[in-house]
Parts: sequence; structure tokens; C-alpha cells
Amino acid sequence: MIPEIGEFALIIALLLSVVLAVVPMYGATTANEMWMSYARPLAMGQFLFVIVSFICLGYAFAQDDFSVVYVAQHSNSQMPIQFKLSAIWGGHEGSLLLWALILCGWTFAVSRFSKALPLDMLARVLSVMGIIATGFISFLLITSSPFERYLPRFPADGADLNPLLQDFGLIVHPPMLYMGYVGFSVAFAFAIAALLSGRMDAAWARWSRPWTNVAWAFLGLGITLGSWWAYYELGWGGWWFWDPVENASLMPWLVGTALVHSLAVTEKRGVFKSWTLLLAIFAFSLSLLGTFLVRSGVLTSVHAFASDPERGFFILMLLAITMGGSLTLYAFKAPSVKSESSFSWLSREVLLLVNNVFLTVMAVTVLLGTLYPLLIDALGQGKISVGPPYFNAVFVPIMGTMAIAMGVSVAVRWRETSTETVLKTLWLPAVISLLMGLIFPFVYGSGFDMRVFLGISVSLWIISTVVSEFIGKFRNAQTLSSRLSQLSMSYYGMMLAHIGVAVTAIGITLVSTYSEERDMRMAKGDSVELAGYQFTFQGTQVVKGANYMADQATIEVTEDGQSVVTLHPEKRRYNVKRNMMTEADIDAGLFRDLYVALGEPLNEGEAWAVRVHYKPYVRWLWLGGILMALGGLLTAADKRYRKSSRKQESVHA
Amino acid sequence: MTPKRKKRLSIILGLVFGTALIVGLVMFSLSENINLFYSTSQIAQGEAPVGARIRAGGMVVDGSIKRSTDSLKVQFAITDYEHQVIVEFTGILPDLFREGQGIIAQGKMDAQGIFQADEVLAKHDENYMPPEIAESMKQKQESVK
Repeated sequence: MIPEIGEFALIIALLLSVVLAVVPMYGATTANEMWMSYARPLAMGQFLFVIVSFICLGYAFAQDDFSVVYVAQHSNSQMPIQFKLSAIWGGHEGSLLLWALILCGWTFAVSRFSKALPLDMLARVLSVMGIIATGFISFLLITSSPFERYLPRFPADGADLNPLLQDFGLIVHPPMLYMGYVGFSVAFAFAIAALLSGRMDAAWARWSRPWTNVAWAFLGLGITLGSWWAYYELGWGGWWFWDPVENASLMPWLVGTALVHSLAVTEKRGVFKSWTLLLAIFAFSLSLLGTFLVRSGVLTSVHAFASDPERGFFILMLLAITMGGSLTLYAFKAPSVKSESSFSWLSREVLLLVNNVFLTVMAVTVLLGTLYPLLIDALGQGKISVGPPYFNAVFVPIMGTMAIAMGVSVAVRWRETSTETVLKTLWLPAVISLLMGLIFPFVYGSGFDMRVFLGISVSLWIISTVVSEFIGKFRNAQTLSSRLSQLSMSYYGMMLAHIGVAVTAIGITLVSTYSEERDMRMAKGDSVELAGYQFTFQGTQVVKGANYMADQATIEVTEDGQSVVTLHPEKRRYNVKRNMMTEADIDAGLFRDLYVALGEPLNEGEAWAVRVHYKPYVRWLWLGGILMALGGLLTAADKRYRKSSRKQESVHA
Repeated sequence: MTPKRKKRLSIILGLVFGTALIVGLVMFSLSENINLFYSTSQIAQGEAPVGARIRAGGMVVDGSIKRSTDSLKVQFAITDYEHQVIVEFTGILPDLFREGQGIIAQGKMDAQGIFQADEVLAKHDENYMPPEIAESMKQKQESVK
């Protein structure tokens, strides 16, 4: 009964979203206030019914209702309850339901927290989101309902969730990522509403900016969590594989980063408006493309679920309609957009434009590398894959050049800055970062290393320019506290995010240069030395988990005879499908991780294949990701977005 | 030229150079880093270049896995049910590597006709067959018919 209620609730949600897509939009075109005012309650109703549907699926999982196909395929009665619940989004159907839930959640949030928005604008924004919801919920209902039953005969127990996904990482990674993906639909809806109404002014950017920043922050967190999960769960210590699906999440993030910056220029200076609109369209289109790549199974990837051409086709159609429709609208309306002010060569506007160009180019190169194999295959030129070296070779130089521009951008002002001022603020950070970059490889490593020199210099350049700019703000201040409170939240957010970029860059540079790794055959009592640490294998014992048995090894780690830590990596065998899984054990630290994973038993368990890693500064990668996301959230919390529209107008008048 | 035109010209020149540079970088990296996929039949018939980095895929042949007793060296054969190719690899194999499983190996053919893999990929799904393998087997079946 409960699954049927879930399905029924989803059908009602679909009907509501169809009404939401049509009525307020029509009201906005005909200036009918009553019709427009339906937008808010419809958004709420749509959200409520999707919640009901989601809870029904959760209930089916919690109650081990294996008559539901989706539950039977992705759960098992032995699984701990937290994994039963996170298994809701462990497969295709449920993750789409999560997608729909988050979309309706964002729609509801916009209807709730946009008191400042004029009614017709709100009606249009919510209608556009209703159109998207219509597309996705009908996709769910037509091709991939999670509520289908095995009737009359259903399995006694479920087929179990892939052991890789029975992990804390899966509980948090997909919801965060989807919050970001789907969050860009808000920026998209604002862009379409602006194009429809012809009101593409600074006010539009001010409304859209906090939403975009929050979505961008979530997407960044989602990617960070995914990278961290892959690192500890896949058992070989990698943190980024340039896997097509990782790329699918990176592309909207890159374009979203460009959008966040471009929105700032549009809000403050009233320029780049049409470019900003275009970015908003592309950020969401790339999110859809990402969904298509993951769901259709067209690409070989660790993420690909069971592929189904019908589903892929449906998403491709959605993508085509979204992009085709919005770009056509853009082509008709965008030429009427006018810039409100001018600027000179050396100004923050130009540097932000540079940033945008770099980010877009990066997104395009990633897109090219991801789709190239598909293209070649479609042309019948053979099966190829594009390896990580391509991405590294293209991405790293562009990223490095952009980092230099990042440092300059904080030192220049809007409109115009004299060259002397810029040089005066920047020469000291430049000297410091170059010197430190030069010294670092000698102190930390064994000698000069070009990559470390460049990576560290560029990272320190970002940090030192931010710091010197921050200190410069106090030169004329009367008191410290008055100045501190004068600076806006979005300014702090920007600084935090930029420092985050530097922290991630330091992590990437050091972990990819100074990592040490050894695959060993180890019998009881064998030991190996790595980066000054002594790893001694003390044998294995059998341990029993909730739904698996494991061989658990004991590995003592010592440094100069002092005990550091004892690690217990496991080789698990899950009861249901007899799946093997490597569970690495990690001694995490701010400056280094010690990482141990078991391979397979050799000579009937007399020895084991053991993989030992030393990973310096690997935590900085994710720490930087968290800082960037915090920066984005801080910017969105700026108090100027919470003022009512009337106050804003009187200030500007 | 008026200052405005000068500014425009330099923007255009900058864009052209920048684009050319990036396109060059992309083309160069792509040409260096593309790995072609070969089926075991193609390899057995000598179609795969020796020494170039390629991908090979097939099902692991039952009873073909031979491990060295004192190192992590392992040798096995893969097949598309028509021709076999011997693969050598040193290191830890993925969790789902086993006999009868479809795998993809990356590496080079050596002069003895043995595939020297530096990476072995197996999917985390026991029913999974990499699309490349599935397709090359489908073609086999069709050509048999």
C-alpha cells in the first residue's frame, strides 16, 4: 500500500508542477495578479507531495519491503539502518527521486525567501522551475519509477547494495552534489525570467546572486566529498581520476565559478549582463549534461549504473529542449541588453573578465576530453579513451595562469586603477611568494623541483596578495573594530574562497610530487620503510561485521623506534553477493596521511599483497574545497541581500 | 586608428592568440594521450602496434592466472572467445578481478607478443561487461552467424 501512496503522491506532484509551469507564467504575461499569486502555494504543494513520495520510499527501505523492485535490488535485511536509508539514492530511480525532491525544495525556498522580489518576477521564476520539475517528474514516472513491484512473487531478501556504497560517503556525497547541480536551476530560472520580462538590470543580478552562490558552494562541497570518498574507499589512494562522471560535476562547477564572479560584476557595475545570462544557462545545461552522462551509460565510468538507452534518450531530449529553448530566447532578447557603465584596461572588471575566459576555456577543454571518445566512436573511428595526462597537461597550465591573475585582481579597483598603485601593492607579495617557492623544495624535499616551485609560488601569491590587500584596508582606519565591521560579508567570503583555492593548490602540488607508494608482498613479521616510517605486518585475523566477514590485518607503524599508530586495513567479503571489498585504514594528519590497504592473499593466506602510501598534505585538497564553499556561503549571507526591495531602491535613488 | 579601434584590435589579437595557444595545447595533448582500444582478436592478428600505449579488453580465461611466489608479479590470459592474449602485471589487482570476469588493461605490447599492463580495471559489478568488450564480442557472434 505504502509504495502506491508514494507513486500517487508523485503523480499529484507532477500535476501541481504542470499547473505551476503554466498558470503563474500566463498570469505574468497578462498582468493577472491572482494567477501570479498561485505560484507560492503551488510551489509548496509540489514540495509536500514529493516529500510524501520520498518518505514512502524510505519507509519501504526501512521495512525491507522486497516486493518493491527498487528496494529488492538495492537493499538487504542484514544492512544497518543508516545504509538502508541512504540506499534510497544508491541506484538510478531513487537518485532521480532525490533530484526531484531537491528541485522542489529549491523551488519552495525561492518562494519563501524572496520577499523582495516583485510578484511578476517571482511568478516567472517559479514557473520556469515548474517546467523543469514537470520534465523531471514525468521522466521519473514514465521511465524510472522506484515504486514498481515484483508481483505476485517477490524475493525473500534483497540483492544488497554495492559494498562500495555502504559507507558514510554515500550518505552525504550525492545529496550535496545534487543540491549544487539542481541549485543552478535557480540561477537558470532567474535568467530565463529576466529574458522573458526584459528586465536585465543590476537588481536581477542582486536577486540571483545569493542563490547562485549557495548552489555553487554545495556543488563544491559535493565534489570535495566525492574526492575524499574515492580516496579512502576505493583503496588505492587516488583523489581525482578524470573519470567522465567526475568531469560531469567539474564542468558545471567551473562554469558556476565563472557565473559567481560575473554576477558580482553585473551587480556592482551593471556590465557583462548578457554574458552573465549566458553563463547561467550553460551552468544548468552542463548540470543536465552531467545527469545524462551518468544516467545513460554512454561512457565507461565507475559511476555508470545499469544503462538504459530509453532513459538516456529522455534526458537528452530534456537537455535539447532546455538548451534549444533558452538559447533561442537568449538570441532574441539579449541584443537589447545595454551596459550601464564603462571601465578601463586595468580594472577589476577586466580581470574578472579574464577569470571568466579562463574558467570557460577550462570547462570547454574538460568537455572536449570527456566527449571526444563519444565523438570518435560515433564517427566510426574506433574505441578510444582519453587519459588523465591529457587533462593534466591542459588543465594545470591554464589554472596556473589564472592563479596569477587572481592575485592581481584583488589589488585593482572597479573602473580604473593606476599602474603605480598596482605595482606598489603587488611587488612585495610577488617577491615573497617567489622566494618562498624557491626555498620550499630545498627545505621540504631533497632539492629544486620545478613543479613545486611553480605550485608553491602561485599558491603563496594568491594568499599574500589577499593578506596584503586586507592589511591595506586598515591604513586609514580609525579603529580596528570599526573597520572590520565596515567590510562586507561578501568581501570576507571572497578572501576565504581565494585562500581556499591556494590551499587546494598547495595540497595538489605537494601530494602529487612527494607521495610515496609501495605495493609489497608481506608475510607475518615482514616490514617495509617508507618516508622514514617503518610498517610492520603482524598478520591477519577474521572479524565479523553486520553483513560481511573480513580478514583484518594489523600493521604497526613506527618512526625512529617510536610507535606512531597501529592500522587495521580489512579485506571484506559481503555475505549476499560474495563481493570482495578493500577497506583501507588511514592515519590522517594535517601534514601527512599514512594509508594502508590489503590486496589479495598469496600462497593460501601465508602472505598478503599490501599497499602502503605516504601522502603528504593530502588533507589540504579537501580543506581548500571546504574553505571555498564556506566563502560562497558567507557571500550569500551578506546583509544587503536581506534588505527589502523598497529600501534598496530608496538607497539607490 | 582611433584609440577605440586600437583597443578593439588589441582585444581581437589577444583573443586570436589565446585561442590559438589553447587549441594547440589541446590538440597536442589529445594526440599524445589517446589510448586506442583493441580486442584480443585484433591483437592476436597483429593489428596492435608494439610499444604504443593501448587498452586491451577481454574475459579472464579460467585457470590462466599464474602468480609469482616471491613478488606481486602475475600473469593471466584474456579472451574474446576467439583469440587469447597473455597479460603480465605487477601490483595489486582490483577487488573484482577473477576468472571469467571482463577486464580492461592499459599498457603496451612487448616484442614477445605479451601485453605488459601497468593498470588493470575491473568493474564493481559482477554482471558488468565493459561496453568495448561487449561490442567486440557481439561483432564476433554476428560474424560467426
